[in-house]
Amino acid sequence: MSKLVNSIREAIQLSGLKDGMTVSFHHHLRNGDFVLNMVMEQVAAMGIKDINVNASSLFDTHLPLQEHIENGVVTGIAADYISAPLGKLISRGILEKPVQFRTHGGRPSDICLGRTPIDVAFIAAPTADPMGNCSGKYGKSACGSLGYAYADAMHARKVVVITDNLVPYPLMDFSISEDFVDYVVTVDAIGNPKGIVSGTTQITRDPVGLVMAQHAAKVIQNSGLLKDGFSFQTGAGGASLAAAKFLKDIMLKEGIQGSFGLGGITGYMVDMLQAGCFKSLMDVQCFDLKAVESLRTNPNHQEISAMQYASPSSRSAVVDSLDVVILGATEIDTDFNVNVHTDSNGYIMGGSGGHSDTAAGAKLSMIIAPMFRARLPIVTDRVNCISTPGKDIDVLVTQGGIAVNPKNQELTQRLKDAGLPIIDIHELKEKTERITGKPKAIAKGDRVVADVISRDGDLLDQIYNVK
Amino acid sequence: MEIKKLASAGTMESSDAYVEIEPAQGVCVTLESVVGQQFGEAITAVVKEVLQDLGVENAKVRVVDRGALECVIRARVETAVVRGKGE
Repeated sequence: MSKLVNSIREAIQLSGLKDGMTVSFHHHLRNGDFVLNMVMEQVAAMGIKDINVNASSLFDTHLPLQEHIENGVVTGIAADYISAPLGKLISRGILEKPVQFRTHGGRPSDICLGRTPIDVAFIAAPTADPMGNCSGKYGKSACGSLGYAYADAMHARKVVVITDNLVPYPLMDFSISEDFVDYVVTVDAIGNPKGIVSGTTQITRDPVGLVMAQHAAKVIQNSGLLKDGFSFQTGAGGASLAAAKFLKDIMLKEGIQGSFGLGGITGYMVDMLQAGCFKSLMDVQCFDLKAVESLRTNPNHQEISAMQYASPSSRSAVVDSLDVVILGATEIDTDFNVNVHTDSNGYIMGGSGGHSDTAAGAKLSMIIAPMFRARLPIVTDRVNCISTPGKDIDVLVTQGGIAVNPKNQELTQRLKDAGLPIIDIHELKEKTERITGKPKAIAKGDRVVADVISRDGDLLDQIYNVK
Repeated sequence: MEIKKLASAGTMESSDAYVEIEPAQGVCVTLESVVGQQFGEAITAVVKEVLQDLGVENAKVRVVDRGALECVIRARVETAVVRGKGE
């Protein structure tokens, strides 16, 4: 038998894709991805309409979706994260049906439970063999982990692997295996390597960022969790990385050997692994070349699926064993609800990703953010969109003080005993507004443009259009 | 104080404001701001207040605000006025 087909168009034809069906994509090629656009261009050219796109994330590069939406080719979108250009169009009401936002754990959970059936999954594979065994670790378009694609491959009615590096059967060290794959297509390029993996993100030199990072590291140091066996996830932002650097210094100085680092993995987490801060890394997505290289060569750097990473309906997920996570926020309210979906004017510019999942799972979930950005205070009475509920957030670290969620009295006491600048979140809000002034509330539209679905599948919040 | 020539102060950096002032009849302030919804009225009011305090009765002022704090806006307007009076 042969699974090799000549073109994406032929694969779509063989898959039986028809009007009204659902296609899916994963986002490991990030802003360098060509696959989603190549597939949707063919879908449109074949005259197929009313397609639902279920993508783990959508980036700037996926802006051609605009045309497909306007032409009725795409009528529904489900994603865990949508970057600003497309997000802004959705906020202006380009799509009739509300977008369904899920989390990186909720998405595979709903796929595995059959709540969001996929007709055809397209797997962007940096290396594959003719039977569809595939890997993200090798090839000119190497992206590292393929973690978000597992649920799609295992549960879609048809699975198409698209690669730009076809190797003889059998590919060793594969991630997704041939038993799930129907068709294999070779193309010239599945993505632009410059957009797939970044160079090393620099640690912030902004003095405000460094103060926040130092506070963050001290909160972890005094949380009672920083001991042998410690586990940790952090984002790729400058201040988060600076916090990781200060944490690394503390761990090395005190001889603490952690258990694992989790997440989207950056070169900085690789440094911590190599320095002996962790015994292993659990990796659902690589952010830079150093992470890809480490995943390929270091047996203690383990690829994991999104189900294992964060799904609430998995028998267990790694987030359930996580001690500390450092997360960001565009807004946080006095009940500690966090918004990472919309910007200060209400436009969609992000999404939960793994925010809610890790916040729910980690013993200590920390938000690190400046008191204000461009005059807008970070703390509000009520966030414009609840991305992660306040019950899952333990502490907010700013340059103007550390606000602990009142539900976590033990942590408050520990941090006070350590002499850290603890501040009530209401006081922090007032302190900030004395500098910025009190902002007027933004106007809200009258139409829902996105449903924010919690990791458990319930409706958490709704995002309205911007006029 | 009389504005005699076109002058400017500030930058287009985030958290700063760029202010341009030029001779005109009466006071006219135009504002473009990334936080217009939240602070637009407050910014226009503070610009007018600074002009009044400095005794500027005739000027056209254009503010491009990138999320500057009030103290920054005051400083940028004052600097533009001093430059515009041409001494």
